[in-house]
Amino acid sequence: MTMRRSAGGTRLASLLVLLVLLACAGCEREARRFDDRPPAPASGDAVRLTPLEAGPVTKQVSMEDRSDDNAWDTAQGKRLFSQFNCTGCHGQGGGNSGPALMDDMWIYGAEPENIYATIVQGRPNGMPSFQRLQSQQVWQLVAYVRSLSGLLAKDVAGGRDDHMQRKAQEQSTDPMKPRDAQPRPAGQP
Amino acid sequence: MIQLGGHSALHPAGPQAARIHDFWQFLWIVAAVVFAAVVAALLYAAFRRRGTDLDPPAAHRSAVRAVAAATVGSLVVLFVFLLLNFRAGQALTMPPDGAVHVKVRGHQWWWEVVYPAATPSDQVTTANELHVPAGRPVVVELTSADVIHSFWPPSLVGKRDLIPGDVATIWFQADTPGVYRGQCAEFCGHQHAKMGFLVIAEPPADFEGWLRRQRNSSATPADSVAARGQEVFLATQCALCHTIRPTPAGSRVGPDLTHLAGRRTIAAGSLPNDPASLARWIADPQGVKPGAFMPATPLEQADLDALVAYLGTLE
Repeated sequence: MTMRRSAGGTRLASLLVLLVLLACAGCEREARRFDDRPPAPASGDAVRLTPLEAGPVTKQVSMEDRSDDNAWDTAQGKRLFSQFNCTGCHGQGGGNSGPALMDDMWIYGAEPENIYATIVQGRPNGMPSFQRLQSQQVWQLVAYVRSLSGLLAKDVAGGRDDHMQRKAQEQSTDPMKPRDAQPRPAGQP
Repeated sequence: MIQLGGHSALHPAGPQAARIHDFWQFLWIVAAVVFAAVVAALLYAAFRRRGTDLDPPAAHRSAVRAVAAATVGSLVVLFVFLLLNFRAGQALTMPPDGAVHVKVRGHQWWWEVVYPAATPSDQVTTANELHVPAGRPVVVELTSADVIHSFWPPSLVGKRDLIPGDVATIWFQADTPGVYRGQCAEFCGHQHAKMGFLVIAEPPADFEGWLRRQRNSSATPADSVAARGQEVFLATQCALCHTIRPTPAGSRVGPDLTHLAGRRTIAAGSLPNDPASLARWIADPQGVKPGAFMPATPLEQADLDALVAYLGTLE
């Protein structure tokens, strides 16, 4: 009797383990895409900001490439953030000569496409245009920038840092409701 | 994978590799003798006639003696191994004077090689190739930009890990001019297997000449195709990650390409450095090295050809 019950228990346990493994396999937050996206469209008109515009209608960036549900992409965004020297002006998100990215103030919008446009087009008072970046890389940067103010799901945002850092990990940053901010007057730090 | 240069710990090309090899050979011979002795003892035990021992206490005594002798013999052999190991290790860790200093930084998945100089403009940066003078010791300072890698040119010296945040040093010497292959020996991600490098040992005069040439900037493109190629390089995403002196492209994210054409391989030993491979690597890096951090650069065929022609001029 005891024997039979323990055999049943083993079977139940293996079934549970199998289910957990299956659940992990179905999880896509770590999925990696090796196929490359084309580079961002040349010229700074990657994103249409208003339906009213002069001249030919600009091509809109495909939102299908957005990657704000993938931990791998967010981590790559973090890597690119220092490699492309975003840290030079924005620090580790706390801002320096550029505005802070880890607060709730957004001058040019907090939606992914707003941030995409800001990176690709550049903005007044010093933000350069990174229009030669590949769109997948821009989306990775967008994901990381949004994770700084807690706008990504906790299982997607970064959980650790390679360097010593005083701020909380992106994962433990509480979501901050985006607020509009005014750009700083030119020439003022 | 292209085969270039020696890549075998059993064909040592320098004093350290020779020491490791000698030690290994000694271990091998002793292990072979021990193995033969154990097999012989086993066969003797299996086939000897039973029941011949009329005096059990005497048989017991001789068995105890045999086990004691084997134990003492093993201890002696292991102690000799320990001493030889210690001596070999000691010889490997002491860099002699008058060495050439090189800094190697591991990246996912390539090697950045820097020859420091007192004058900053004389510093030379290259990738995936260590040029060294033959017959002179070379001290390599190892750091990592991301994860743990391991520096391993088996024909020259054993492995040394590159730990992020730490500086490790290793020294070696190539006795004769030649090309020796090296490999990352610590799993470091998707393309760990395609993270190779070459150690190119040259006569000292040739090495000095190479170092002098590396200090120069690249020449201005001479023909219109190469000039177009340079424009393509500077106008696309290439310039965001690579350096070509003296153009404005000065990023340190990817390998320095100022003297790319002088290298034998591209993509850390994954492809030979010829126009067809360059074109393939630029157009489809993920097909060559899936997961590599170099993104594809879709270009018109004419632009791609011009770019490859320009890169070919960077002697």
